[in-house]
Amino acid sequence: MRFEKKDILDIDSLTREEITYILDTARGMKEISQRAVKKVPTLRGKTIVLFFQEPSTRTKISFELAGKRLSADTVSISKSSSSIVKGETLRDTVRTLESMKPDIIVMRHSSSGAASQVAKWVQCSVINAGDGTHAHPSQALLDMMTIQEEKGGFEGLKVSIVGDISHSRVARSNIVGLSRMGAHVTICAPGTMIPVGIEHMGCTVARDMDACVADADVVMMLRIQKERQGGSLLFPSEREYAALYGLNQTRLALAAKDALIMHPGPLNRGVEISTLVADGEQSVILDQVTNGVALRMALFYLVAGGSRNADSN
Amino acid sequence: MQIQIKGVRVVDPGNIEGIRDISIKDGLFEAVSEPGQLPEVAKDANDVKVIDGQGLIAVPGLIDVHVHLREPGQEYKETIETGLKAAAAGGITAVCAMPNTKPVNDNAQVTAFILSQAKKANASRVYPVGAISRNLEGEKLNDIADMKKAGIRAVTDDGMPVTDSQLMRRTLEYCKSLGLPVLVHAEDKRLADGGSMNEGLPATVMGIKGIPNAAESVMVMRDIALAELTGARVHFCHMSTAQSIEAIRAAKAKGLPVTCETAPHYFTLTDADMPAYDTNFKMNPPLRSDKDRAAIIEGLTDGTIDMIATDHAPHAEDEKQVEFDLAAFGIVGLETSLGLSLALVAQGHLTLAQLVQKMAKAPADLMGINNDIVPGNPADLTLINMDAGWIVDPNSFVSKGRNTPFAGRRLTGAAVLTIVDGRIVYAIDC
Repeated sequence: MRFEKKDILDIDSLTREEITYILDTARGMKEISQRAVKKVPTLRGKTIVLFFQEPSTRTKISFELAGKRLSADTVSISKSSSSIVKGETLRDTVRTLESMKPDIIVMRHSSSGAASQVAKWVQCSVINAGDGTHAHPSQALLDMMTIQEEKGGFEGLKVSIVGDISHSRVARSNIVGLSRMGAHVTICAPGTMIPVGIEHMGCTVARDMDACVADADVVMMLRIQKERQGGSLLFPSEREYAALYGLNQTRLALAAKDALIMHPGPLNRGVEISTLVADGEQSVILDQVTNGVALRMALFYLVAGGSRNADSN
Repeated sequence: MQIQIKGVRVVDPGNIEGIRDISIKDGLFEAVSEPGQLPEVAKDANDVKVIDGQGLIAVPGLIDVHVHLREPGQEYKETIETGLKAAAAGGITAVCAMPNTKPVNDNAQVTAFILSQAKKANASRVYPVGAISRNLEGEKLNDIADMKKAGIRAVTDDGMPVTDSQLMRRTLEYCKSLGLPVLVHAEDKRLADGGSMNEGLPATVMGIKGIPNAAESVMVMRDIALAELTGARVHFCHMSTAQSIEAIRAAKAKGLPVTCETAPHYFTLTDADMPAYDTNFKMNPPLRSDKDRAAIIEGLTDGTIDMIATDHAPHAEDEKQVEFDLAAFGIVGLETSLGLSLALVAQGHLTLAQLVQKMAKAPADLMGINNDIVPGNPADLTLINMDAGWIVDPNSFVSKGRNTPFAGRRLTGAAVLTIVDGRIVYAIDC
């Protein structure tokens, strides 16, 4: 198959075949990071701009390493170091960046839809590294890669996602992606964190955490985003949240014996996940991070025209 | 200047429905008669225009009770001149100018300035609307009587709704004694919580913070209670939700002095019609669900919704070409209002007379004027070609604003002649 997408903006615009193709490509990339010399010349001469308008450590480093391991030149700008602080509009910023002829812009932005808008304003490829509460496609794809590695596939798998669904771009992208691949997704959160109509996006809403976790093959915990909590009245206290929606060993016992524990990080230990569970045998949290680099290498390779070039050779 | 319109179908509900000849002279309707009864005018007279009205509809001048003219202070978005010329081009002979200018229309000097600019514009009329509170801050009543003397026709804090229920009560009582209606932009800002579109599946899918219906309806219900308490006239602006309409229907059944308006986008579009992150579909209140849209149409049909106004809100392009949550709220409406509203007639939701009631007569009643087409009244009149098909092209707008969700939409029916005070302020070949 040829991968024709120029941009990776969200999961919804990817077909089942495209998702499978991305995951297959990522599996092939994984080996590169295990070599003594972790570099291949595939994207030599290509320029990747990492434009992160929101704080990020793991996603940004993951994209940056992915680019470097493929020999692309990567440059990064952040909000504080860009002209945004001087009042420049997003449109002007990205059009200015584009004038320097990058091949790919990876962007994270606090506004939902920002990556989609930018993709209309520039000619080069755009990869969404998280936009507001909308989408985080590379995270969902690396989560799927991790699940596929451990479980062999998605069909009929029971995946539970617990946490602030309302404000989670990770949850939205995983709900859409996993349900498209044939998994059954169940979500759980206090009513303050369940957005209207979410059940029409490909998941069922469990009445409580025990019901959500029961017999699950995968339990994905979401971070309580303390930085978004300011005055928003989503829950009374971290203590009460942990009691009702935290994943501890008692709750984990309700899930399937070989259930995977996932978390996009960073962790709030003792809030949404207990330390024993986070560091336990079933946790694949660090595998997610490892797979993230391979998955992002695959995305760079594919949007840079890798499969198109391969086919024409 | 004298104008004769011959053989035109007049639709002026409660006054005339039938073919008439209309004569306009010195700013007033001079005569309205059966066809062929007007005295012939000299063929070579320079200052006489005779119009063949066959196949056209003449209605009392349309009045849009909710318009943002942006002057003083934001002339880059719109000026009083461009706004009033845009109104004329849309067949609208008078607009109510909202007070959220810079400075705010919260004193007689600003009111006088608006009226003097409007006079220079030589286009449609303006009825200034004064602010309730100083600088729209919701704390202290303005000198409303002073502004009334200068020419305001109503008061509102519009987009900065009065949160303090006691201030609202006092406003209603005070304005009742002055005979001024209070226009209410019903919104609980805490419930709206900085949202950018309707709370519903499209917002959830796009990850956009939603504004629930209740952000509007709780304030409608509060102000219905205050209308009952005070007996003052309350007019609800740009209604968008089923719950608001239901509450107003019940209030009217009870005989309370409440009226309301909706805008063409609320009976034409829903949140599901918005292309992803298209900021030309962002306005406040937001486009709602299909259920709400149906309730708005039902409210128009059964008379719960008294009038149609546009909430014309011009913005510069660079205020819309930004991230969705940062984009300015509002769309222009003056030049698409009639075409979109005539669709209600074509679809059988309203008769033409009912539409004229909602776009001309009920607004006049709210403003406290009589715009019947009768000899002696100021000659404000809109001549409509019901069959004219056209496509909305923002680049051809007279308004400075290009921010419309209706670009490329095919509409049927348009104003071909707009007369204000006996002067032709807009005409296309007829």
